[in-house]
Amino acid sequence: MDKKDYQKLVDKNTPKEKRLKNGIVAFFIGGFMGIIGQGLIDLYMNWFDISSKQASVFMIVTLIFVGCFLTCLGFFDKWVNFARCGLIVPITGFAHAMMSAALEYKKEGMVTGIGANMFKLAGSVIIFGVVSAYTFGLIRLLILGGSV
Amino acid sequence: MIYLYAFLFAGLVCLIGQIILDNTKLTPGHITTIFVVLGTLLDVFDIYDKFVLFAGGGALVPITSFGHLLIHGAMDTASQEGFMGLVMGMFDLTASGITSAIIFSFFLALIFKPKD
Repeated sequence: MDKKDYQKLVDKNTPKEKRLKNGIVAFFIGGFMGIIGQGLIDLYMNWFDISSKQASVFMIVTLIFVGCFLTCLGFFDKWVNFARCGLIVPITGFAHAMMSAALEYKKEGMVTGIGANMFKLAGSVIIFGVVSAYTFGLIRLLILGGSV
Repeated sequence: MIYLYAFLFAGLVCLIGQIILDNTKLTPGHITTIFVVLGTLLDVFDIYDKFVLFAGGGALVPITSFGHLLIHGAMDTASQEGFMGLVMGMFDLTASGITSAIIFSFFLALIFKPKD
């Protein structure tokens, strides 16, 4: 068997299995995060007797706190390496990106370190979110005229 | 039943992200950005609102809901205030998420040391 055939065989076998495994892990962990989100909403609604809209705000704040705290303790990096998109796509990934940037640049000082670099990774989410929300909002206002 | 839908919806979003991540050279930063833009796009025709009604927390946990909340707050204010409402109401609904993320990461960064 020459090198080309071998490479073909390697390409055919190894990455596919890993992709399948990655996909399954991301699906289950991401789905589990969704269940936790819905569970927290129901929990807060029963505990504090509030509307589901307020409870969803509480849920997002809770998940962000958990994401930040676990990143500080050092667990979250390993979990992200294992679950990949299962933890990056949920809101915990946003918290993780901000927290790890803040921790990483802490040694450069408060203003030039933490202050300047906190949004280094998470900034693109906010920038593109605002830009696309403005653009699509403007288009919708011009075409459909206000709320539909 | 809403728990099943929450599981399926959030899992599906993460699965799509993982497929994109594995098959292209995009980084996780690209994936989250793509999903935020996708969330705003889906909200133009109120599609994402139906997802939220249908899957509850499962639709609010993925980062797509961030884009959905951005445009939703902007459109809510714009319907009352006109064009300037787009600028005024942009962060109305996401303020809690962004503020808490900044506060938590700032104070926790002061307390904790980076782990290698």
